[in-house]
Amino acid sequence: MIDFSPPLVQLLSLDGERISRPDFDPWVSDLDGPALLALYRDMVVVRRIDTEATALQRQGELGLWPPLLGQEAAQVGSARALRNDDFVFPSYRENAVAYCRGVQLTDIVRVWRGNAQSGWDPYTVNMATPAIIIGAQTLHATGWALGAQRDEVDSVAITYFGDGATSEGDVNEALIFAASFQAPVIFFCQNNHWAISEPVGVQAHRNIADRAPGFGIPSLRIDGNDVIAVLAATRIALDRARAGDGPTFIEAVTYRMGPHTTADDPTRYRDPAELAEWKTRDPLVRLHRLLTKLGEITPEVEAATQALADAAAAELRAGCIGMPDPEPLSVFDHVYATPNATLERQRTDYAGYLTSFGSSDQPGEGR
Amino acid sequence: MTTLMTPSIVSTVPGLNAPQPSPLSETTTLTVAKAINEGLRQAMLDDPKVVLLGEDIGALGGVFRVTSDLLAQFGARRVIDTPLAESAIIGTAVGLAYRGYRPVCEIQFDGFIFPGFDQIVSQVAKFHYRTQGAVRMPITIRVPFGGGIGAAEHHSESPEAYFTHTSGLRVIAVSNAQDAYSLIRQAIASDDPVLYFEPKRRYHVKGEVVPELGAPMEQAVIVRPGTDVTLLTYGALVSTARDAALAAADEGVSIEVIDLRSLSPVDYAVVEASVRKTGRLVVTHEAAQSGGLGGEIIATVTERCFSYLESAPVRVTGFDVPYPPAKLESHHLPDLDRILDGVDRVMGRR
Repeated sequence: MIDFSPPLVQLLSLDGERISRPDFDPWVSDLDGPALLALYRDMVVVRRIDTEATALQRQGELGLWPPLLGQEAAQVGSARALRNDDFVFPSYRENAVAYCRGVQLTDIVRVWRGNAQSGWDPYTVNMATPAIIIGAQTLHATGWALGAQRDEVDSVAITYFGDGATSEGDVNEALIFAASFQAPVIFFCQNNHWAISEPVGVQAHRNIADRAPGFGIPSLRIDGNDVIAVLAATRIALDRARAGDGPTFIEAVTYRMGPHTTADDPTRYRDPAELAEWKTRDPLVRLHRLLTKLGEITPEVEAATQALADAAAAELRAGCIGMPDPEPLSVFDHVYATPNATLERQRTDYAGYLTSFGSSDQPGEGR
Repeated sequence: MTTLMTPSIVSTVPGLNAPQPSPLSETTTLTVAKAINEGLRQAMLDDPKVVLLGEDIGALGGVFRVTSDLLAQFGARRVIDTPLAESAIIGTAVGLAYRGYRPVCEIQFDGFIFPGFDQIVSQVAKFHYRTQGAVRMPITIRVPFGGGIGAAEHHSESPEAYFTHTSGLRVIAVSNAQDAYSLIRQAIASDDPVLYFEPKRRYHVKGEVVPELGAPMEQAVIVRPGTDVTLLTYGALVSTARDAALAAADEGVSIEVIDLRSLSPVDYAVVEASVRKTGRLVVTHEAAQSGGLGGEIIATVTERCFSYLESAPVRVTGFDVPYPPAKLESHHLPDLDRILDGVDRVMGRR
């Protein structure tokens, strides 16, 4: 039996020691050396993608980028627990989850380059596109789960959100609906300790995981930088949902090692000592230590992992820079599913206006 | 393991021990953002009941730094970093107002106001009417608005018409540093609730600021006189409209540019006098056309000045589309060329 009110669950120590937990171990008994190495590879690749995207923003190729640096284990561990038919409702920082779901790298940055309001078709990867309004997606996940419940399938919705989002009305209402209808949904809260400049203490005076039981939802509080604990907790929650036992709340305790977005400057509000402390809990370092002990890390493995990461970064860069700008008249596309005469008239008028400049002349650059 | 459970280290706030700045005492050149900051500072010095609420307004000074250094000067009891909940920011401001406070709420971005929409429309706007004047709601809701900064979704919107459509609210949009300073002070001093829209893409534009309250906030201002066309706008587009007037002057068209300043109520005395003089009206705003403020103003002007009109009034607005991605926003936003195209139309040149 899983105790749903424990302190922080950790299955991998900072030193890379596997910590035995009889209640959790059965959920990750399949994690042999190669399986752990695969998780490590994912984490190295997504960190490399993240670094490359930040560089692309600095070089003016992206308008904005929300780094996930430090949250690789929380995202990879949870995403790799899912089945293809489960459905992800992310916030805007879940780019590692997107990678694990098979979203094309170019599609991940499409929205951050300002080319589109979303980068991929949600149905092709069973993952919704980024939700920027804080916490709104938790209700969407709950509704999707209500649908799965009515369809009598055992697919599960998982929604990602941060510590800050737990203050929004939408998130609290999602918890109430999920509990009321025992919906097959997982509330995966990455507590990264910071909502832009506000420390988690502004949002909560107790552990965030402690809130869920008040809504009638069991919760787990796990070390979010421990990919094994994350995988185990997500599998437990998925199993409950598939069995018809309703929602589970997971608080993955992690840390936003970078800025909120590339537009943010954490030196204005964050003690550098705190960041230094969290660097010692780096999710990649700790898994690397375990893999080294297991004999999985060889120079060849290191080189191959690095090559994989570099190739991903190169693909991202090429795809980003090579992305064509959207056609001007596409500004009118997809507003409605059905014809709209008012909008069509605006499109026609604007097309005529553009034509009045001639083919080489672009408006918007003065007369 | 237990260290992971420790509450976050309290941040060292730069500037907490810095000397407190004195308020403006003479004409100073300030950015729009700094002018609002100085207006807030003066309002807080003038009235101890003025409190600020919002996300990241404390140590960070707001994502646009509009509340910079106010936490250091006035402390956390008056500069309140709130949890992330817009409905709660507005709803608790109602409670504070009940007790005689003058809350100033910051909504971080235009597109984030909607979780607080119910509290604004159903509560803030109606209290005075509901209680037959017994309960006043001197709440100011500051909203950075508009596009042109290449931002992500929900960061470039112009939601003003939702609020001008709501009786019981005053709505202000400022265009320059002087008005930013003067009108934030007037908005806070007002016994009615005020939506105060800040021209996001002009935050860093400098202008001279005289530390005075200036003309009442409900007055529109003619920022450039002219005789052929009345060009009416507000917020960030005032600057574009002024440029358009300069360009049109080269082609022999004299444009009178009006900065509306107050979107609710509209200063129709100034608007009508101008239209009676020019006989032609162009209204431009970034917000979508259908149901926008331009339509309302044109309808009113047409009712009152029909016989003075030489041509049908024209709207130059954002399209009836959700705010588009950054790479398309230059097409959506009215710019110099589109405004001049509108001028050509009222002049019968197209």
